Amino acid sequence: MTLTQLERPAAPSLLSRMKPNLETLPTLAAVAIFVAMLIYGEIAYGRIVAFSTISNLLINNAYLIILAVGLTFVILTGGIDLSVGAVIAISSLVGVMLANAGWNPLVVFVLMILIGSLFGVASGVLIQYFNVQPFIATLAMMFLARGLASILSTTPQRLDDDSAIRTLATPWKVYDGPKIDDLITTPNVLIAALVVIVAFFLLHRTRFGRTVYAIGGSEQSALLMGLPVVRTKLAIYVISGTLAGLAAVVYTSKLGIAQNITGVGWELDAIAAVIIGGTLLTGGAGFVLGSVIGALVLGLMNVLITRDGSIPPEATTIITGGILLAFVLLQRFVVSRKRKT
Amino acid sequence: MAATAPAATATAPIVEMENISIEFPGVKALQNVNFRLFPGEVHTLMGENGAGKSTLIKALTGVYKIDSGTITVAGGARRFTGTADAQSAGISTVYQEVNLCDNLTVGENVMLGHEVHGPFGINWRKTHQAAHEALERLGLGDLDPRQPLSTISLALQQLVAISRAMVTDSTVLILDEPTSSLDANEVEGLFTVIRRLRDQGVAILFVSHFLDQVYAISDRLTVLRNGEFVGEHLTRELSRSHLISLMIGKDVDSLNSLGSNRGRTAFAEAAPYYSAKSLGRKGSIEPVDIDVHAGEVVGLAGLLGSGRTELGRLIYGADRADSGEVTIDGAAAQVHSPVAGLARGIAFSTENRRDEGIIGDLTVRENLILAVQARRGWARPLSRREQNEICAKYLVELNVRPADPERAIRNLSGGNQQKVLLGRWLATNPELLILDEPTRGIDVGAKAEIQETIAALAEGGMSVVFISSELEEVVRLSERIIVLKDHRKIGEISNGPSVTADTIVDIIATEGSSE
Repeated sequence: MTLTQLERPAAPSLLSRMKPNLETLPTLAAVAIFVAMLIYGEIAYGRIVAFSTISNLLINNAYLIILAVGLTFVILTGGIDLSVGAVIAISSLVGVMLANAGWNPLVVFVLMILIGSLFGVASGVLIQYFNVQPFIATLAMMFLARGLASILSTTPQRLDDDSAIRTLATPWKVYDGPKIDDLITTPNVLIAALVVIVAFFLLHRTRFGRTVYAIGGSEQSALLMGLPVVRTKLAIYVISGTLAGLAAVVYTSKLGIAQNITGVGWELDAIAAVIIGGTLLTGGAGFVLGSVIGALVLGLMNVLITRDGSIPPEATTIITGGILLAFVLLQRFVVSRKRKT
Repeated sequence: MAATAPAATATAPIVEMENISIEFPGVKALQNVNFRLFPGEVHTLMGENGAGKSTLIKALTGVYKIDSGTITVAGGARRFTGTADAQSAGISTVYQEVNLCDNLTVGENVMLGHEVHGPFGINWRKTHQAAHEALERLGLGDLDPRQPLSTISLALQQLVAISRAMVTDSTVLILDEPTSSLDANEVEGLFTVIRRLRDQGVAILFVSHFLDQVYAISDRLTVLRNGEFVGEHLTRELSRSHLISLMIGKDVDSLNSLGSNRGRTAFAEAAPYYSAKSLGRKGSIEPVDIDVHAGEVVGLAGLLGSGRTELGRLIYGADRADSGEVTIDGAAAQVHSPVAGLARGIAFSTENRRDEGIIGDLTVRENLILAVQARRGWARPLSRREQNEICAKYLVELNVRPADPERAIRNLSGGNQQKVLLGRWLATNPELLILDEPTRGIDVGAKAEIQETIAALAEGGMSVVFISSELEEVVRLSERIIVLKDHRKIGEISNGPSVTADTIVDIIATEGSSE
């Protein structure tokens, strides 16, 4: 009896070629929907496939992309972070108030990010050392952050027009198109792009990233394989919190206003972006680039609804919910197909 | 303590564990156990369930902290803090359930934590190449490392787990019941790999319940019983029946004195209280005929994994039978759930006292009344007075110590927990009582009391199905004994003066070698 006589799948080569497709299917579907929305928008309303629209899409959604990247890490391990929206509120409020009080913009910038990291550390410690469910731990952090923000101020705080933080939103003309159809970028968009690149590298090219995927597959197995599970899980909540702090900087610099109700429900937008981008809510499978597409799908949807004019803005959430449902159903389908093979 | 001289005394043992003791609340898991493992040998750890095999492995790898004793690895005293720590000292473990991530590819699983790095982080081409080489060393060269793990069979996953263990250049490989879910061909494939590794000088610690496999693969074996070291033997010098008797043990001296004095009654004439024809469930136990008369104790004997517990669960309805007809008290009956079982007057006391039996944080009283309350339904709660009556009755009758109904049950000793569990089922006034290992892991005194209670219950007209791995106990208590092996009923004997534990061992051993 030799090993080659062991039972094997009939055609492993065929299977192995099909398998990744099944896994990337939800992400590919997100890309397809994004492209379909672009084409439909171009035909129905015009000026959608244009430098200016795409530029604005990226500029307006840079903060959401950053949030979605952070949540991708968390959701890949099978966790959740509900605090990011509230973290943006406290971080941007503190940032605007300190900047207006004359603090060094660089210090403010760093502090805003650190506030996010701090909430991430708190969530991670609660989850890892006090054995609290991620849902509950981050919910607690959400209430805490929102409460602190409300204590600071309940009125909109406006960033001084000459604040150095606003330079992050300076439009740079990359390509001078016809009329006003220019390709524009801002430092904020570059920050988001950098975040995506670093996250991609971390997830796919480092042991840390592989551990994230392994934990999502089976935390028990990851532990028994001798992987640094505790350290990694702690790190992903810190990453998510830190990126929420960074998103606060990006958002504040662009809008110039911070308020205690800023970012209500954004954690859910970010989660929706991650799910639409093809990451399994149960963890273990997904791509950070998918989350970027997911965020852009949500952003483009808002653009199309605005352009259409006949759709009431209130319907936006219903459409978001519909798209989300469709993607979750698609994932169920993929997972059930995986089980069968 | 019979210890035969080892064959490979020329080389020093790579692992040596001396006088290892571990105590859990209420249970002495290991007592002064010795174990040594030489390079280039397959050493099997034998013993019944609860004998302490897994505990010993976990003591070695640092998952459990040892209370006393020394662990020497490669000449130096060690105390590991966990799997990762043991792994870095060259001790890798492959568990019964394949502990890999099936959302990743074969290669990723093999190399997880040991990926090959280049200037741009992990170099996937080189990593998969290294995975391929690791697989090739085990003769798995034609397995594509880029294939998702979920696409390959459980047997291959098992081998992938071993490849993963060998990536770290382990000198010691622990295989904890790796064959339990493999078929014969797959086991042979696994053994080919194990022999290959042994010949490369790896020390392999193997755990299995299957005697045939143990004799096929192992060079040496250490027998444990009830957490105690029984002996170390060369496999080729130890007969199967001798091994079985070592595993089961002959605590005859301590137990004979407690023997029940009830006379053996002939029940064959009367109609049975409970009767099942071809009762079975796929993958659990092959169809079995079983009759239990009123006032009769029927013993289920067999090694662990023989289907004893499975049969008990089928009778009670904890598992759903997919074949067979059941008659209770002369009427056809369907017992498809524990609730139905309880309603029919069947009670089942589990072998897994800690996980399926007691609810540790509840008090003795709350544990005691659980089954009565379940039988009455949630709409008719027991009054405090009724609860106290039940407690008073059974705490005294079963001699539970301390007889304090408000104490949390997890603070009681194993034997007293078992008495409370017995009381829980007796409080439902069952007609048929199934007891799965009611005396495991408890001290001799409590054991005797429980045995006496069982005998008295049968005397009072209750039907009892008695499951135990201690054959002496089964022989002493039962009127009839059903012998099970490999999920089949292989014999049924009426008890008599000529029947001893050896009779049953012979039935199991001879059945075994005929395959």
